[in-house]
Amino acid sequence: MATYVLIVDDEPSIAMSLEFIMEKQGYETQVVGDGAEALQRIEKAPPDVVLLDVMLPTYDGFEVCRRIREREEWADLKVLMVTAKGREEDVKRGLALGANGYVTKPFAIKDVVAKVEGLLT
Amino acid sequence: MLQGSLILAVALAYLGLLFAVAYYGDRRADAGRSIISTPYVYALSLAVYCTAWTFYGSVGRAASTGLDFLTIYLGPTILAPLWWLIVRKMIRISKQQRITSIADFVASRYGKSAVLGGTVTVVAVVGIVPYIALQLKAISTSFTVASAYPNAAALTSAGGGAVPLVADTALYVALLLALFTVLFGARHLDATERHEGMVAAIALESLVKLVAFLAVGLFVTFGLYEGFGDLFSSAAERADLQALLTLEPSASVFGEWVWLTLLSMLAILFLPRQFQVAVIENVNEQHLKKGIWLFPLYLILINLFVLPIALAGMMYFPDGTVEADMFVLALPLESGQPVLALLVFIGGLSAATAMVIVATTALATMVCNDLVMPVLLRTKALRLQERTRLTGLLLGIRRSSIVGVLLLSFAYARLVEGHYTLVSIGLISFAAVAQFAPAILGGLYWRRGTHAGALWGLLAGFLVWGYTLPLPSLAEAGLLSPTFVEMGPWGWALLRPHALFGLEGLSPVAHGLFWSLLINGGLYVGLSFKTQPTAVEHSQARAFVDALPVSSRAAVWRGQASVTELRQLLQRFLGYRAATQALERFAESQGINTTEPGWEDAVPANAHLMHHAEQLLAGAIGSASAHVVVSSVVNAEPLSLAEVMEILDETQQMMAHSRELQRKKHALEEATQRLQAANAQLQELDRLKDDFISTVTHELRTPLTSIRAFSEIMHDNPDLSAEQRQEFLEVIIKEEERLTRLINQVLDLQKLEAEPMRLQVEPLSLRTIVNEAVQAMSQQMENASVVCTVQPPGPGPGTVEGDRDRLKQVLLNLLSNAFKFCDDTDGRIFVTLRGRANEVQVDVADNGPGIDREARASIFERFQQARPRARAGASGSGLGLTIAQRIILEHDGDIWVSSPPGEGATFSFTVPRAQASTPTDDPGPLGDGASATPDTAGSAGSPITSSDS
Repeated sequence: MATYVLIVDDEPSIAMSLEFIMEKQGYETQVVGDGAEALQRIEKAPPDVVLLDVMLPTYDGFEVCRRIREREEWADLKVLMVTAKGREEDVKRGLALGANGYVTKPFAIKDVVAKVEGLLT
Repeated sequence: MLQGSLILAVALAYLGLLFAVAYYGDRRADAGRSIISTPYVYALSLAVYCTAWTFYGSVGRAASTGLDFLTIYLGPTILAPLWWLIVRKMIRISKQQRITSIADFVASRYGKSAVLGGTVTVVAVVGIVPYIALQLKAISTSFTVASAYPNAAALTSAGGGAVPLVADTALYVALLLALFTVLFGARHLDATERHEGMVAAIALESLVKLVAFLAVGLFVTFGLYEGFGDLFSSAAERADLQALLTLEPSASVFGEWVWLTLLSMLAILFLPRQFQVAVIENVNEQHLKKGIWLFPLYLILINLFVLPIALAGMMYFPDGTVEADMFVLALPLESGQPVLALLVFIGGLSAATAMVIVATTALATMVCNDLVMPVLLRTKALRLQERTRLTGLLLGIRRSSIVGVLLLSFAYARLVEGHYTLVSIGLISFAAVAQFAPAILGGLYWRRGTHAGALWGLLAGFLVWGYTLPLPSLAEAGLLSPTFVEMGPWGWALLRPHALFGLEGLSPVAHGLFWSLLINGGLYVGLSFKTQPTAVEHSQARAFVDALPVSSRAAVWRGQASVTELRQLLQRFLGYRAATQALERFAESQGINTTEPGWEDAVPANAHLMHHAEQLLAGAIGSASAHVVVSSVVNAEPLSLAEVMEILDETQQMMAHSRELQRKKHALEEATQRLQAANAQLQELDRLKDDFISTVTHELRTPLTSIRAFSEIMHDNPDLSAEQRQEFLEVIIKEEERLTRLINQVLDLQKLEAEPMRLQVEPLSLRTIVNEAVQAMSQQMENASVVCTVQPPGPGPGTVEGDRDRLKQVLLNLLSNAFKFCDDTDGRIFVTLRGRANEVQVDVADNGPGIDREARASIFERFQQARPRARAGASGSGLGLTIAQRIILEHDGDIWVSSPPGEGATFSFTVPRAQASTPTDDPGPLGDGASATPDTAGSAGSPITSSDS
């Protein structure tokens, strides 16, 4: 079974680039641009990895992360925060909420790839 | 036998010499080099106390009653040590209060009362005029005796009184002395009423009279007899003289001595001339120290030969051909010693003139300052208040007073001539000035003494004095019926002037002194308790009673207090440490072992410790409060009114001080509040700046991320299809455009905020601008199938005044905002223009999801993303609406948003008509916009979903 990556970002161009990169690695991908919608997708089909933006309509990335971690059945689900806010407190906050790692925008492709691979092993 | 003309010439020469001395003294004083600034001159000037009464009269009294003449000198001698307390205090007060006479002194103490000053003056004049008369009489008599001796007829006539007025030597003496007194005491005016030249002359006269008296005494004792032993043993052989040599140890004699001693004690303090030389003319307080023993020494010397001369006179003139008062002069004449007689005459002249000059000067000052001037100043018709220079008038009054006093004295002398000995008249004068004692002594040491007490006491005492002393003397002089004295008025024995209320057995002087002082003092104390002092009296009472420095206060604490009590007090106000230190120092000075427990209970606090405690407390709570607090443990007297006033004063000052502090505190608080507000504003601005920067960087990162990602993708994937490559490149270009737009808008906003907007104002048609803006957006909208309608069709609503480019920017921002948020599939935008009387309104409406109420409030803030973006790929800086708002406000227009539920959002703005305003001159609310509603600007944690415009 192929690895499934859910990409959550409201910037279409960024989502598009991440989609290309992940598919290039042979992962299945889905893209959503809204926090609430992302949670609905996870409910339907839990991904292996969520690439989660922070600034989102409805629920922001932190809220999405918190709600994921509330659910025991999603304990194996890996969350990688992808945020333009590379500020220390944002990183800390995300990790405290149960995110498994983070990359900051603008990102290097190999960095994102390595982090996702690291989460999957 | 001496020639009258010779005596006259010598006397005039002597007076000339005195005047020269006085003149020299005044000149030196003016030059600042005083010749009287030595305790010796001061002590000699005090000897003005010894008048012709001493010089001639003591011998007379000794010849008739023996040793009791000494009482007049015993009093001052006994009192002298106390001068350091009493006279020094009077000197201190007089310097502080610029006192010019004893009347001034009393008036000043009791609230600067003119009535009291006038009363004292009247009492002094009435009391002293007979005394001056007596001096005139002494001079004329001595002149007659010296020039006519041994002509018995002349001697008799000297005591007679049948001489016609023009032939009366005393008249010429009076006029001559008036001239000299004017020259000595009223040549010019001195603000301090000090007469250095006069004092110098007086001192010289004191020396001369002492030398003259000692000379005659030595001559009599060692010339006529062979020393004291010979003289006294000769006298002892005469039965009639034995009484003079013994003191009768009876109660009445003892009483008489006590009364006379007391009388002279008061006289030395309160005789106007003594007050003049001892207080007013005092140059230096320290001179008192020598005066205290030099003056009694002088008295002893001048009295040394009184009894020998009296005894010798009685033996030489047993038949009474020569009055005892003239023994001093008659003995050298009888013994053929004209030079010595001349010296004696000059000595007597010195004694008399010194007294006359000083007393008259003092009286004239009082008459002028305390009697005439107050009346003149109150007589409005004279308009004296308006005159600037009163010097001439004052000198005139002063000189007239001198002449008046001397003529009055002469008249009195004529009236009672021959009926009284020198000493008797002198004692009556003493008793008159003794009436000042309650008011002055009370005033110096008793704060409670009031004006009413002083005035009525003095008046009553004066009346009793007049009734018991001068009135009977008039009767004895034959001017009143003698039955008045013997039987009392209308036969009322209780009112007999020499035995008032049945008091008998006292001499007339002692009797009069007793009653007058009793009534005077009683009224003074009684009325003082009954009446309330005025404010001026209060302050004056304090100034007088507290005139000497506080150091004497230590002695005030006479009560009992324990060290423990004082410790508690000190601890309460100063704390444990300071209290312990103070007490340990005290214990050390007392040699007490402080390691022994309970020593504080065992040892009573002494005055020094209490004083020390008071001083320590005064530092903490003020002197008045300290005094009260210490009193509370010292079982002291109850609070005096003055002390209460003092405390009130201090409290008042402290309250004023506290009010001032309160006011300052309030001002400080206000300033602090303003500072805090300013600081909060600055912090807010700082936070906004931080938010702005972080939002801007975030907005910058987003396109950068896309550009970076796709560049890398294309770099790493050379095998990409041409379509994919094309698509990715388009993304890169679009994101780059977004980046550029963002940067431009940030710069725009920065410019708008940094400086007043410069509008290029011109009349323009909004309809044209709307069309241009719609045209600019048309391609973009067409691509997205968004339909934009401008209503109403046809010509616009007229012109407005505005900046074409700025207004177009507003419309572009609003249109692109509407474009972004209008419905995804069936996007519609409506632009409506409405013309009104003084403005044109433009509405830009979309059919998107609308904006909720909360978001509407802050929609114009920077980077406010209020609603989820409807159109994918539409992006903005978050600054468009902010910029639009700035521009419209600068045009004096209005901009707002409305969003009825389910109807999308409508942004509206107005621009005034052409004539309505001149927006360029108005700096407008430009800088305020950023902080107008700062609480909603970019608040962290709020869901930021998109940028608008």
